[in-house]
Amino acid sequence: MSVPADLHYTPEHEWVSAEGTTVSVGITDYAAQQLGDVVYISLPAPGAAVTAGEPCGEVESVKSVSDLYSPVDGEVLEVNSELEDDPSLVNAEPYTSGWMFRVRVAQDGNGDPALPTDLLSAAEYEELTKSAG
Amino acid sequence: MTSFAGWQMPLRYASETAEHQAVRHAAGIFDLSHMGEILVTGPGAGAALDYALTGHLSIVPVGRARYTMICAPDGGVLDDLVVYRRGEQEFLVIANASNTGVVLSSLRERVAGYDATVADATSDYALIAVQGPTAAGIVAPLTDLDLAAMKYYAGAFGEVAGRAAWVARTGYTGEDGFEIYCRPEDAEHVWTALTADGAGAGLIPAGLAARDTLRLEAGMPLYGNELGLDVTPFEAGLGRVVKFDKPGDFVGREALAARAEAGPERRLVGLTIDSRRIARHGYPVSAEGRTCGVVTSGAPSPTLGSPIAMAYLEGPGTGELTVGIRGAAVPVHLTDLPFYRRSKEK
Repeated sequence: MSVPADLHYTPEHEWVSAEGTTVSVGITDYAAQQLGDVVYISLPAPGAAVTAGEPCGEVESVKSVSDLYSPVDGEVLEVNSELEDDPSLVNAEPYTSGWMFRVRVAQDGNGDPALPTDLLSAAEYEELTKSAG
Repeated sequence: MTSFAGWQMPLRYASETAEHQAVRHAAGIFDLSHMGEILVTGPGAGAALDYALTGHLSIVPVGRARYTMICAPDGGVLDDLVVYRRGEQEFLVIANASNTGVVLSSLRERVAGYDATVADATSDYALIAVQGPTAAGIVAPLTDLDLAAMKYYAGAFGEVAGRAAWVARTGYTGEDGFEIYCRPEDAEHVWTALTADGAGAGLIPAGLAARDTLRLEAGMPLYGNELGLDVTPFEAGLGRVVKFDKPGDFVGREALAARAEAGPERRLVGLTIDSRRIARHGYPVSAEGRTCGVVTSGAPSPTLGSPIAMAYLEGPGTGELTVGIRGAAVPVHLTDLPFYRRSKEK
């Protein structure tokens, strides 16, 4: 199971990568393995407002349907339309071609992207998945 | 891993889709040791099972198997079963793990008037299934049995990888394959020998998720989904397992005869879906916007490349059918069962 060191994570098993105020979001390798083969993904519409910790889509695997939570507050810029035809990208490459959506977030006082303060580091996320078994 | 009827079971080893495809095109190996094994023995064993089950077991030849059911007096299905006749006076009844206790107590009650004994042998057997078109080639070099001569729904005592086993040409995948009942202490050895021998023939371990999509494509019912106390074999389209022409009474005869006469209250149908979304167990089916049934099982079909489902429909189910998938009415199409039938070369 891989947990790239340069990403942020949530306890709901999303990863977050910020470039300026554009934040990319996907689900972790751990989540993809737990779900099994992903067969359908419902993503928020571009332009939609999303709220940290609120459901904004669905990830459906052979055996289950799970809510997809937004890890940040902001406006959806873009979604990964390749997942429509090939949702298995989420299993194969969860951190790269399996990304799900991009959100524009506000800037904080220092001009950095305003991310929730409770995002986890790679080490913290790895610890969480270990304690979950 | 997942909890299933008190057992820890592998839902998948890696990708359930890859496991499914391996069974369709090469072979998969399953650990099915959770299944219940019940031995019914004695001079009256055949007659006792004729009374206890819907099938006509006393005429089954030694070394052959039957798919059958055990019903409640009102005709509701207590479980679906595979029964092997292993000797003149010995039958091995295979029950679903979640129903083993019910089947055992019902059989004990029902054989009371017969010269037969019922014994729970579940913990005496591990069950390893090798399923798929290359299964025979994988198992044959490891056994003293002549598998080429073994017919579908037949079985024999022999050895696999040097360990005693009951080997049967049965399964729950819609493919050719074998089910190997061996002693639990021999299971690891047998599994290891089969996986080593089978790797070159494309054999991979397969879990419960693949087992479910395989049986669904093959149109085989799953107890708790398509079968239950609230349906008779006739609703499930399996009225053929009820042998009214056998002599004597059997549990449920009167109720089942009435149902056969009146026709089923609901019918089990196949559905295909033009979407990637899956119509799952319990989702409502509507015809022209009016609820007319419920989905019993649904999954992506790796063979068809789109989702499939089985559902019980009341009434004719004509007009435009939809399934309510979490608030959205998704169009579905009625189709004949099974969704998949293997091509038979023999």
